[in-house]
Amino acid sequence: MTNPTESVLALKVHDLHKRFGEVEVLKGVHLDAHVGDVISMLGASGSGKSTFLRCINLLETPDSGSITVQGETIEMTVDRSGSPVPTDMDQVIRLRARLGMVFQSFNLWQHMTVLENVTEALVHVLKMSKTEAHERGCETLDKVGMLDRKDYYPAHISGGQQQRAAIARALAMEPDVMLFDEPTSALDPELVGEVLKVMRTLADEGRTMIVVTHEIGFARDVSNKVIFLHEGAIETQGPPAEMFDNPASPRFRQFLANALH
Amino acid sequence: MDSIWEYRNLLLAGTAVTVQLALASLALSVVLGLVGAAAKLAANPVSQKIAGAYTTLVRGVPDLVLMMLLFYGGQQIANDLGSLTGLWDYVEINQFIAGVWSIGFVFGAYMTETFRGAILAIPRGQIEAGIACGMRPFLIFRRITWPQMIRHALPSFTNNWLVLIKATALVSVIGLHDLVWNASTAGRSVREPFTFMFAVLVIYLILTACSDVGLRWLERRYNVGVDRA
Repeated sequence: MTNPTESVLALKVHDLHKRFGEVEVLKGVHLDAHVGDVISMLGASGSGKSTFLRCINLLETPDSGSITVQGETIEMTVDRSGSPVPTDMDQVIRLRARLGMVFQSFNLWQHMTVLENVTEALVHVLKMSKTEAHERGCETLDKVGMLDRKDYYPAHISGGQQQRAAIARALAMEPDVMLFDEPTSALDPELVGEVLKVMRTLADEGRTMIVVTHEIGFARDVSNKVIFLHEGAIETQGPPAEMFDNPASPRFRQFLANALH
Repeated sequence: MDSIWEYRNLLLAGTAVTVQLALASLALSVVLGLVGAAAKLAANPVSQKIAGAYTTLVRGVPDLVLMMLLFYGGQQIANDLGSLTGLWDYVEINQFIAGVWSIGFVFGAYMTETFRGAILAIPRGQIEAGIACGMRPFLIFRRITWPQMIRHALPSFTNNWLVLIKATALVSVIGLHDLVWNASTAGRSVREPFTFMFAVLVIYLILTACSDVGLRWLERRYNVGVDRA
């Protein structure tokens, strides 16, 4: 339901549950992202933060709960075996194109150049003309500082460059929300900075971002909201200043202590 | 050598049949291989079982036996069915068609394994990136899986193709006038079997050498973006 006095949420996740076999990895997680929010999700490995992100665009199918993108809720039903499935796959496919995803291991298509990676979905999903897509692709690559590498294949550039290209691929679609799944975790330490810098630029532009990360610095300086997950549930959340300067939860204090050595 | 020149048209006609047979069988085996690989990789246990039975059967039985089984057995079944239902009179299975079906069926099983391995060699993330961009399954197959699968499949595909060309020689036993059949007929009639079999050897070598050139071109094309070790 839309409240006219309140802006429509870019993304609303309500009471998300997910289990893998016997293990319940998400135990009712909520998230509200307003337009322009940059939300960092922290948590130890196994806390469910990546699964949560992957549930948002249905790379994993949640067992229950709802996901609403710009006021449109993904409709779910159950199949004959009782497993949850989307009612309308077309709706899911359409909404996925509005949720840009950046993966930990970049996942650039190896047989395409950097530019082709960026224009692929513009042409074949958004049905842009080739010239239009080429223009948009170059613009976006310029923004992430990768225009001079547009004709390189992913195998021939560094991890940091690959990740910036992957960000451009997601960004070029002009998504409503960008999802980052540990975007710097697979990078050599000296390459982390260039990727975080690009993400900072996007945040400054007012893009709505959900970032699963281990980068405490990024969470503290760039995001306006931090969520700390512990064993599939939100342990604590709030604005970074409050969260980091005065951590109320002992678990979060412990997590920070470990992260900062 | 004079006799070879004298019978050149017969040898060329036989070569043409062999090439057509090989290409048609290849096309069928690729289709069966793709279907088989899809069936093996599908979550459905029934399709996995059927595809598994197919590859186990074919890999465990000599090609020649399957070919004769399909040719003679197929003909018998067709005629029995005809007399039983009264819908058609005596039919004779075309040897070329029988050859294509049996060779295609046999090599479809090998292609199944080739394609299955090739698809499994593509990292899952490549597919997920397509899904996350809002691509539909067929688009993902066409633009992401297929081009990368070819690269992984080519070495084994090349091997299958070379064995397939050679396996076409077997159809001479069901009476198809391929290169081997024509050459041995000619060789017997002029009493120079060795000369004609030597010509067959040379022609097969030329065919396989030509395919090598084509396959190298394919390899270059599908290896873009990947460093060769």
